[in-house]
Amino acid sequence: MADLVKFTINGREIEAPAGMLAIEAAKQNGIEIPSFCYYEGYSLQAACRMCLVEVEKMPKMQVACTLPVAAGMVIRTETDQVKLARKSTLEFLLTNHPLDCPVCDKGGECELQDMVFKYGAGESRYVEAKIHVDEQQWSPVVFYDGPRCILCFRCVRACDEGMGVGALGVVNRGAMSLIAPNKGDHLECDECGQCIDICPVGALTSGPYRYLTRPWEMDHIGTICTHCSDGCKTTLGVRNDEIVRGNNRDRSGVNGEFLCVKGRYAFDFNKHAERLQSPMMRVNGKLEEVSWSKALETIANKFGEIRSRGGKFGVIGSNHTTNEENYYLQKFARQGLGTNSIDHHRTGDVVTLVDALSGTTGRLANSADFYERKAVLVIGSDFSVEHPFLAFQARANFRHHEAHIYTVTAEPVREDNYAARSVRVAKGEELGALEGLREALAAEPDLVIVFDDSIKGDKVRSVVEFGQSLGIPVSYCALVDYSNSRGAIDMGLAPEIGPGYHATGQPGMSMNDMLAAADLAALWVVGANPLENAKLAASKAFVVVQDLFLTETAQRADVVLPAASAYEKNGTVTNGRGEVQRLKRASATMGAKTDLEIIGLIAKEMGLAPMMGPWLPETVYAEIRKTVKGYDIPLPLVTIGAQQSTPVNGRVGVESRPDLVRSEHNNLFESGTLGRYSQVLNTVIEGRQSR
Amino acid sequence: MTFSPELEAQFEKFLAKYPADKKRSAVIPMLVYAQDETHAITQEVIEEVAKRCGVTPLQVDEVVGFYSMLHKKPQGTYHVQVCTNISCLIVGGEEIWNQACHKLGIGHKQTTADGRISLEEVECMGACSWAPAVQVNYDFYHFVTPSQLDKLLDGLSAGKKPDEIAGVKRASC
Amino acid sequence: MRYNDPSPLETPVLTRRFRLPNSQSIDTYLASDGYKGFERAIGMTQDEIIGEVKTSILRGRGGAGFPTGMKWGFVPRTSPKPKYIVVNADESEPGTCKDRLLMEFDPHQLIEGVLIAGLAVGAQQGYIYIRGEFRYLIGVMDKAIDEAYAKGYLGDNILGRGVKFNLATHSGAGAYECGEESALLESLEGKRGNPRIRPPFPAVAGAYQCPTILNNVETFCAVPSIILNGGKWFADLGSPKNGGTRLFCLSGHVNKPGVYELPMGFNLMRMINEVGGGIRGGKKLKAVVPGGSSCPILKADECDLAMDYDTVAAAKSMLGSGGVVVLDEDTCMVKFALRIMRFYAHESCGWCIPCREGTTWLKKLLTRFHEGQGQRSDIVMIGDLSKNMLGRTFCPLGDAAAMPTIAIVEKFRDEFEAHLDGKPCPYEHINAFSKSGLAA
Ligand SMILES: Cc1cc2nc3c(=O)[nH]c(=O)nc-3n(C[C@H](O)[C@H](O)[C@H](O)COP(=O)(O)O)c2cc1C
Ligand code: SF4
Ligand code: FES
Repeated sequence: MADLVKFTINGREIEAPAGMLAIEAAKQNGIEIPSFCYYEGYSLQAACRMCLVEVEKMPKMQVACTLPVAAGMVIRTETDQVKLARKSTLEFLLTNHPLDCPVCDKGGECELQDMVFKYGAGESRYVEAKIHVDEQQWSPVVFYDGPRCILCFRCVRACDEGMGVGALGVVNRGAMSLIAPNKGDHLECDECGQCIDICPVGALTSGPYRYLTRPWEMDHIGTICTHCSDGCKTTLGVRNDEIVRGNNRDRSGVNGEFLCVKGRYAFDFNKHAERLQSPMMRVNGKLEEVSWSKALETIANKFGEIRSRGGKFGVIGSNHTTNEENYYLQKFARQGLGTNSIDHHRTGDVVTLVDALSGTTGRLANSADFYERKAVLVIGSDFSVEHPFLAFQARANFRHHEAHIYTVTAEPVREDNYAARSVRVAKGEELGALEGLREALAAEPDLVIVFDDSIKGDKVRSVVEFGQSLGIPVSYCALVDYSNSRGAIDMGLAPEIGPGYHATGQPGMSMNDMLAAADLAALWVVGANPLENAKLAASKAFVVVQDLFLTETAQRADVVLPAASAYEKNGTVTNGRGEVQRLKRASATMGAKTDLEIIGLIAKEMGLAPMMGPWLPETVYAEIRKTVKGYDIPLPLVTIGAQQSTPVNGRVGVESRPDLVRSEHNNLFESGTLGRYSQVLNTVIEGRQSR
Repeated sequence: MTFSPELEAQFEKFLAKYPADKKRSAVIPMLVYAQDETHAITQEVIEEVAKRCGVTPLQVDEVVGFYSMLHKKPQGTYHVQVCTNISCLIVGGEEIWNQACHKLGIGHKQTTADGRISLEEVECMGACSWAPAVQVNYDFYHFVTPSQLDKLLDGLSAGKKPDEIAGVKRASC
Repeated sequence: MRYNDPSPLETPVLTRRFRLPNSQSIDTYLASDGYKGFERAIGMTQDEIIGEVKTSILRGRGGAGFPTGMKWGFVPRTSPKPKYIVVNADESEPGTCKDRLLMEFDPHQLIEGVLIAGLAVGAQQGYIYIRGEFRYLIGVMDKAIDEAYAKGYLGDNILGRGVKFNLATHSGAGAYECGEESALLESLEGKRGNPRIRPPFPAVAGAYQCPTILNNVETFCAVPSIILNGGKWFADLGSPKNGGTRLFCLSGHVNKPGVYELPMGFNLMRMINEVGGGIRGGKKLKAVVPGGSSCPILKADECDLAMDYDTVAAAKSMLGSGGVVVLDEDTCMVKFALRIMRFYAHESCGWCIPCREGTTWLKKLLTRFHEGQGQRSDIVMIGDLSKNMLGRTFCPLGDAAAMPTIAIVEKFRDEFEAHLDGKPCPYEHINAFSKSGLAA
């Protein structure tokens, strides 16, 4: 770290590392220097000239956004000269900026509006004609209104530097300059919407959010995105119980303000017309709506009957439900129904990794590692497409710390553009490429190794052996697909493993076994769609499905129960790195209940309530803290996204099941079954196909 | 997209001028010389130049809009540029410009119906001591008088090449 | 006459070969001291070359007048990165037309200057950034470069002396801003001509982020003579702190407009009357732009001054790029200010707010004003808005737009008032041709 130097701002003596930018040093000391183009983490522009300050012994005012502080510097940020400069810059800006604040989506959270309010230019001397250009739609989610654009180039940098996409540019010159998309009149990009959120004014607006509401009419609820396993915090804007916006401008959570198209827009499955709102039962071969009490009674009776005659149960849990729900479900299965035949769709071999790392601590990579470690090795995954946030972290790491990124993949990936080394291998041959990287990797100060399902079973052990033999600190991450895949395995949704990776003694049936067992008596599916591409062998099995939609699995059910979505629940989820984060209910769907409540109600109906305990997320979480190794994390910590406090570091003690591990490799615009119900994702996909 | 062999040779020369990993440097020269042949920077030209210089079409497009010599609309066979900047202005540049517009019945950045002549009012072209100055494509005309302009435009309209027009001489070089 | 008749008052140093037959050819050049300075420089140390340039008090001819030797001294010579020499041949400051002649009539002098600069800092590659409109000069320079290669003055082992230097031309495409050194470098790299944040300056991080010497054509052209005849000799040609001669581009209402090489410190009134033959048509002098459109205008009574950097600066203007624009009494100063602002609004790169919006606003305001739709408060506002750009823009283009405007409003306020109340422009009926008799 650079030496600390002493200097003064507005007469206050301040200490900061030499060379720190004055605008940052001021901010850290509670002194605001206004700016439009300066944006932490992106390249410097010095274009807006809002941050001009007076510096003693310098003839002209200086821009604080590029001014490195030095010992003895005397800076003034509020002199008459400075204030006048700000005011006049705003006056200049407003010459061509339309004053359509009342109908602008940004009204109320516009940086230009705030700035004018604060620094003046109340009345305008400008009487000449304004330059007009028509608004353009660049994609299903991005609209651009040229006249409102103040040319701060934040969007261009967010897209180019942040996302590594470079889909935005500047065309024309001088006052005619405009931002332009990469394909003439439309965008071909990740549709992440970062450009929209980073825009200080209403120049870039969001298709799904346009003209829906005013910001102050919404509640803002910080919860966790329910799509991929990267576990981004998303702040949902909710009006009248309806989610109308997602963003993360408060930079909370592990992801700062990063969000991909799913986190920002794909909340819309929530209000899809096909959302289930009433329980249904099969009557004369057809599913008909019934009351909750009728449905629960039927299930309890049937489950009770099967249990008493020793019939075979199969329970399939979800990669999207909360830790509490998963824990509660497996407890019910094991203790209530007396079966270890419980499973979920495994998308990465976390089990072997945890086992291979037994006896060590601090070897599971967390979100920060991707940004802070000096090197990142990505094996198998099309990182930017399948794990957009982790890829964003690695890219920022490269930009800010010159980290070395290594890739070993079958196909070209975006990381190749800046990777220190890119190795192309045939699919399945990933492991073989590592030796070739040994020398380079061993020379790194530290390293994160991240791999997808191309590395499973013994290959995981080989990767860990390779990593440990490099002689440098290495942390690992086994990539998984969905928002709580990690929580599903941690909570023991597995026939051979209970919560906290304890062996169950007598393993039950795996998911595949259940589907194949001709004598299965009951199949209970909570938030999963195993029959999407498979058939249930037991034609007589009694099938209960809890879901948001009438999926392929639900269509086979005898009883379907309408479940609440992740955005309608409280609880916790664990992202792909084992960081436990808190879900907060943003809205509700009439008729649906959370899976936790449904499980509880079934238990109650079966007389198992005392054994199961209350179905309140907090109570269940308290039990998880006590019983699941690694999860003893207080809720306040979980709210900000906490790494599991004690790693799971005992031998797992059972054979893992690499044969069950299969990633869907969902891209940016897919999200399993859930993704099919997001209109935004569908329009984006259609838009791309029609070009 | 195919260009003439001469232009291809030019392109090759351009690319050889810069360090091997700095092909992007050739973007602007390529665009200028390509335009001479294609009369406009079309999307096709943009994509071709992008490919050859290893950048995205957007990066080329950003450049096209910035430089005033690059045009997306086709120019006339003879692009007549009249300087009206200060040194020319005060010795008749504006009169020359008005006369050209009037005579051809077109204005700034417009082209005659037959596609022969396009007009552009330009900024200082570096001929201040020999003002008023006009450029036809890349040729300079110095100390242009109203009667010379008449002859020049008449000649060009009649299908003559600039050098064939009597009484109007290109500046020496 | 090839460009204009010489004046007996000239001191031809850089222009001394202009009137030789076949002056462009390397043979002519070699027959008249050509490449002698370079050969001499090969035998000198880097410090000696830079020292000689420092002694010459050569100041940059591109506009700012920064001491060239000092600038060369900033290049970190031990840096492992390649170093570059870049010639600024973007010549687009209104009123300026000298670099064109230097390249047209003596291209080898420029090449030699660049070669010497290469020796001074250990660079092996040079680029001449020529504004796109000067297409014929690209041809001239390319031909000269080919000749220099053929005769062994460029290449991997120059004159068998183990010196390596390659040189190439690079075409611009129409952008005044690309004359600004950092924007030029962006443009050289194939990008929009937006200026860069400085520091770092080109000497440290220039072309491709490598150490780079970037100078104006005329600056490089002075170097061979300096090395050949000594820095002191060059310094003595000019006035104190202003070494040598410079090419003044006389334009506007003088009888003999043209480019004249005169010693630094030459008196402006003498330049107009004795070199330029006085104001045409017997009219009275109203004002002079002393160094290109960016410079604050001088009223007639301020023009009795020595044309060197310091004296003109003391008169609150700038020597600038050598573009001396002479205005007679019939010139409308509102129109003149408007035309200047139109230029800057057209050329503003758009990067920073004050320049982008300020020049555009002022252009619109001055247009309206000149059309007779101005209000008294507008006069104050023109100065006000200009001052709101001054010193606050990203690069000096904003200043270049503000400075002349501020000076014109201050010095010719009466002319602005004469345009008020819907009155037609008092000068509008005066046709530039009829008054000069040029129309004939
Ligand atoms: C807006 C602007 C335009 C400029 N245009 C030119 C130009 O056309 N030619 C030139 O030599 N210098 C121009 N300059 C000055 C250059 O930035 C630079 O100072 C100069 O080329 C350095 O060379 P010198 O030290 O030899 O003068 C311009 C500067 C600015 C701010
Ligand atoms: S669109 Fe927004 S972010 Fe982009 S340059 Fe314009 S104002 Fe800035
Ligand atoms: S164009 Fe340079 S400061 Fe605006």
